[in-house]
Amino acid sequence: VSRQPDQAAAQTMAGARETRPPMPPPLVEPEAGAPLRDRILEAVSRYPEPRSAIIPALRLAQEEYGWLSTEAFEVVADTTGFTPAFCKSVASFYDMFRLHEVGTHEICVCTNIACALVGAGDTLRALERELGIKAGETTPDGAFTLRTVECYGGCGWGPVVSVDERYHEPVGPADVPGLLAGIRGEGE
Amino acid sequence: VSANGGGRILLDFEGDRRSIDAYEQAGGYAMLRRALAMAPEEIVAVVDRSGLRGRGGAGFPTGRKASFLPKDRKPAYLCVNADESEPGTFKDREIMLRNPHALIEGVLIMSFGIGASSSFIYIRGEYRTEFEVLKRALEEARARGFVGRDVLGSGYDATVVLHRGAGAYICGEETALLSSLEGERGQPRSKPPFPAVAGLYAAPTLVNNVETLSSVPYILAMGGEAYAAIGTERSKGTRVFSLSGNVRRPGNYELPLTCTLRDLIEGRGGGPPEGRTIKAIIPGGSSTPILMPDQIDTGIDYESIAAAGSMAGSGAIVVIDDRTCMVQLALRVAEFYRHESCGKCTPCREGTRWGVEIIRRLEMGQAQQGELDLLLNVCDRILGKCLCPLGDAMAMPVASYVTHFRDEFQRHIDEGGCPFVDSSPIAPLYHEDLGPVTASI
Repeated sequence: VSRQPDQAAAQTMAGARETRPPMPPPLVEPEAGAPLRDRILEAVSRYPEPRSAIIPALRLAQEEYGWLSTEAFEVVADTTGFTPAFCKSVASFYDMFRLHEVGTHEICVCTNIACALVGAGDTLRALERELGIKAGETTPDGAFTLRTVECYGGCGWGPVVSVDERYHEPVGPADVPGLLAGIRGEGE
Repeated sequence: VSANGGGRILLDFEGDRRSIDAYEQAGGYAMLRRALAMAPEEIVAVVDRSGLRGRGGAGFPTGRKASFLPKDRKPAYLCVNADESEPGTFKDREIMLRNPHALIEGVLIMSFGIGASSSFIYIRGEYRTEFEVLKRALEEARARGFVGRDVLGSGYDATVVLHRGAGAYICGEETALLSSLEGERGQPRSKPPFPAVAGLYAAPTLVNNVETLSSVPYILAMGGEAYAAIGTERSKGTRVFSLSGNVRRPGNYELPLTCTLRDLIEGRGGGPPEGRTIKAIIPGGSSTPILMPDQIDTGIDYESIAAAGSMAGSGAIVVIDDRTCMVQLALRVAEFYRHESCGKCTPCREGTRWGVEIIRRLEMGQAQQGELDLLLNVCDRILGKCLCPLGDAMAMPVASYVTHFRDEFQRHIDEGGCPFVDSSPIAPLYHEDLGPVTASI
C-alpha cells in the first residue's frame, strides 16, 4: 500500500495546536528520595482502609523497580498486609502495570477512534520504521519499548503519543524523528 | 461569574486559572465561605433547583442523586469521578488543567452539603500532568485553610484524597470505581444497593463527575434559578463538549444546552476539512449510536439527541468524514470494548469477543453471507443483559453502524474485502505490516 500521510490530518493537527490548553512544567516529587517501604506506608496512612493503598503501592514499586517483579510484589504485600497473589491479581487488571521488564523508555501510541481518524496509524508506522520494531516489542539495545494504547483522552489534540507517561500532542509521522532525537538527547 | 462569555460559565476565561491567586481574584472560594454558613440541605436544594444533570454520561439529576444519601449515617463519602475514559472525551482534563480550583471548591461545597467525612478524587492514571496540577492546587487550598481541619473556622473538617487509577476504562463506571478505590480489580457491582446506601467501604457515597462538581460553585453564585434559566426545559445550563475527529478546529467548547450539533461542528469546529463531507456523527462518545449528516440540526441537549435515536452521553462529538470505512470504525470500537470488558458478565465477556471476530472477518474479506445478521444477533444478546453498560457500549454503536451503512458492510462480504483500503484514515492500522493494534506487554 502506497498511502501517503494525509494532508487533511495535518490540517486538523494545526487546528489542534491552537485549541490546546497551556501545559504546566512537570512536578518534581519532594518525597521521591525516601525508601520505598516508607513511601508505601505513607500511602497506607492516607486511607480509612489499607487495601485502598494497594494500587498506589504498586505504582510506587513499579517506579522503583521499572516493572513489577516478584520482589516488587513481596514489598507491596508486606507493607500493605495482603498476599503477593492478591496484589498480583489486582495489578494484572490494570493496563499501566508492567508484569514484564520493558525498555528504558516506553512509547505508547493511542490508536482509538479519534486518533485513528487523524492518522494514528501513520504515526505508529513511522515509529515502527524508525525504531525497527513492531508494536509490543522492545529494541535489541533495550532502549525503547513501543506499544499501542486505548483512548488517552487527548482526542482533539491527536494523534497522542506518550513517552514515559508524558503526553505529546499531536505527533504526526513527520514529528517522529524529532521526538526520538529528543528522548535520546535527554539520556546523554 | 457571568453567563455572557459566549454562553460560557465554567471556562469563561482565556488561558488558565491554575494558581489559587488567579482563581481567588476571579471570585473563587467565595462560594465555599457562603456554603459553610448555609444549612447543608440548602446547598443540595440549590443544586436541585438548578436542574444540573450529571456530566459524566448518565445525565442523572445531581441534586436528586445527592438527596438519596441517608441523613446522619456516618461515615459518608464523596467520590469524584475523574476517570474520564470514554473515547472522544477530553473535557474533564481541560477543566482540571485550566480551572482545578473550581473542582476543589465544588468538592468542598458538595462534601459539606452531604456531610461527607472524606472526599476522594479518582483520577485516571494516564492523566499524570492533570494529577500534578490538582496536587499543587490542593496544596495551595490547604495552605489557605480551605482544606483540612476546621475549614475557615467553621468547625467543618475537610479531607480530600487524590487517588490515581492505573489504566482501566471500566473504572469510570461508578461501582467499578468504588471497587478500584477499595484496592480491588475494577469490577462493577450489582445495584441495588446503590452507592448512596452502600458505596465506598459499604458507607453512603455520592459519586459525581468532574464537570458536574466544578459547576457547583458557579451555580451557588448565580443561584439555582438563574442557572436553570439557561438551556432547554429539561437540559439546564452549559456543557463542555469535546469535539474531535475530522474537523478543522477540534477542541473543547462550552456551550449552552440550547445549541445544535451544527453550531458546534460547523460554528465552532469549522466543519470537516477542505473537500470533505460528513459521513456520520458520534454524538456522545464512542458508546453511543451514530447520527447521520442530515441530523446535524439536532439540539445538543439530552432529550433532542435521545429523540434523534442516540444519547448525549459524555458530551464527546466525533466527526467522521466521507473517506472513513465504517467497518474499520466498528472494528476499532469493538476491539476497545473487548479489551476493557472486565469479564464479570457472560454476555459482555463473550459478546465483545464474538463481535470483534465477526467484524475482523468482514474487514479482512473472510466473512460469509449472513454474518451481518449474526453480528446484529450478538449485539442484541448483549443489550440490557449485564450489570453495567460496558457490553451495551459495544452493542449499541456497532448495531447502529450496520443498520445505517448496511450496503457498505455487505460490500465487504460481496467483494471479499475492504473497498476503502487506500482511502480510509483508519486503514494503516489494519492493512499494513504493523504490530497488533491492541498491544499488551
